[in-house]
Amino acid sequence: MLDKRMTVDDIVDQLSDGMTIGVGGWATRRKPMALIRAIARSNLKDLTLMAGYGGPDIGMLAATGKIRKLVFAFASLDHYPLEPHFRNARQAGAFEVLELDEGLYHWGLRAGAMKLPFLPSRVGIGTDIVTQDGFDFKYVTSPYGDGEELLAMPALVPDVALIHAHRSDERGNILTLSVDALFDELLVRAAKKSYVTVEKIVPTAELDMKANSRFNLVERAMITGVAEAPLGAHPTSAAPDYQLDLKHIKAYVDSAASPEAWADYKAKYIDVPEADYQAAIGGADVVKQLPVPIY
Amino acid sequence: MTDTPYSLAELVIVACAEVWRDDGEVMATGIGPLPRIGAGLAKLTFAPAIQTTDGEAWYTSAPVGPGKRTAEPEFEGIANYDRVFSALWSGKRHALVGPVQIDRYGQANISVIGDHKKPKAAMLGARGFPGNSISHPNSFFFPSHNKRAFVEGEVDFVCMAGYNPARYRNGQPPKGLDLRRIITNLCVMDFGGPDHQVRVISLHPGVTFEEVQENTGFPLAKITDEIPTTPAPTAEQLEIIARIDPNNVRASVFKDNPAGDRKAA
Repeated sequence: MLDKRMTVDDIVDQLSDGMTIGVGGWATRRKPMALIRAIARSNLKDLTLMAGYGGPDIGMLAATGKIRKLVFAFASLDHYPLEPHFRNARQAGAFEVLELDEGLYHWGLRAGAMKLPFLPSRVGIGTDIVTQDGFDFKYVTSPYGDGEELLAMPALVPDVALIHAHRSDERGNILTLSVDALFDELLVRAAKKSYVTVEKIVPTAELDMKANSRFNLVERAMITGVAEAPLGAHPTSAAPDYQLDLKHIKAYVDSAASPEAWADYKAKYIDVPEADYQAAIGGADVVKQLPVPIY
Repeated sequence: MTDTPYSLAELVIVACAEVWRDDGEVMATGIGPLPRIGAGLAKLTFAPAIQTTDGEAWYTSAPVGPGKRTAEPEFEGIANYDRVFSALWSGKRHALVGPVQIDRYGQANISVIGDHKKPKAAMLGARGFPGNSISHPNSFFFPSHNKRAFVEGEVDFVCMAGYNPARYRNGQPPKGLDLRRIITNLCVMDFGGPDHQVRVISLHPGVTFEEVQENTGFPLAKITDEIPTTPAPTAEQLEIIARIDPNNVRASVFKDNPAGDRKAA
């Protein structure tokens, strides 16, 4: 029987120095934080991080010195607009960047998903996206009557995609139950391999696929491995299972104030087994009662 | 004109609402409390066809103001992430956004101050600004009109494209580039001067053109020699604004929530 179950640490063991790692989610929504914490406490280094819609994934890997190059469109904690660990690292010139527009990033993933070398776009034209040192953008001319010159957005092809979903069976049939699926589907389709953490692994029948079909983003053939990681998106949200934890995000923001504050945060929340992390944040009962945030 | 006292924030909200007046049925995105309340005011008065969101993933039948809500709004459609790009690339959107810097070409920046490789201040990143700028109409709000925001040269990192021929390989911006208005704590401007020069179209009560020019890093045009005064909110507009913003978030945007008419103050 096809069984793709792994642990979070098993997944991190599949990663190696210098890899290009794509991370799903958006700012404070469905970031695979259990995996990010495990990478942060590993010996991995020199990663190219593709996190177009960045949040504490970028910040935490920046603060632990894992990033050699960052491909992104923004880093934000939404209610706290500026990601302080990202800021500290950027202002120290800690890594190279390729800065993209949000739409251009998804266009690159789409090209990767379609196994095309590029897709044409107007996005980026007239801006410093196309003049930065991170990439030598090229142009194509429409072969049709209009003759418009367009930017050729190269395919983005991560070695590995990491996403967080709500349910899976042991074969890797996944459900992403949030209202907004974000661009996780394209990230998985673009990547060479994809690993998913889920809130719960259940028997296939319990996926209730007939009722939940719209939440099944990709074929299981796209999923290399799946790990059960309850509260694995915390402190970001995995609604409807739980909301983002603004109090924890505040503590994370405050941890950027000094090296000592960061050392404290890291010791308490990162350099510990996931079970201790869950205890430190109050456990599932507390997290599942977090209020719906106001936007 | 009205005799009802009004705040600078309320004057700005009315000026923000005006940007959507002739847009028809488009997605109206107002980033920040005053632009967001402005979109709501436009929707409840002269631009009923515009679509506004709850700030997360839904289009709502009635505008949703900033801060705590007493009831869940009625949803009329989905505005998830994928759909926002589909909508904005179609051109059926007008966004009113708040960049950190803007220059004489309308090029705007929210990414970095200083060198991109090792910035003095790293901010958000380009977000969706590049695509927005060449796809659909855009307007701007600046709460502090000064030379740090209205820079002398080009902005430090061009996130939004503007009317700068040197930035285009054929000298021409894409057809979708359509920069509309700039609303500040001092005045309302547009890009209607010669060769899209930034032009003052109204001055807030008690503000002079000289004051605006002194706080701008590039030369400004005037709509007429006698620049009109930004229209004061009517009593009806003030009532609608209060209904959209029962939390009075608008009072916290400007320091000490000053009066709209600084001549009278």
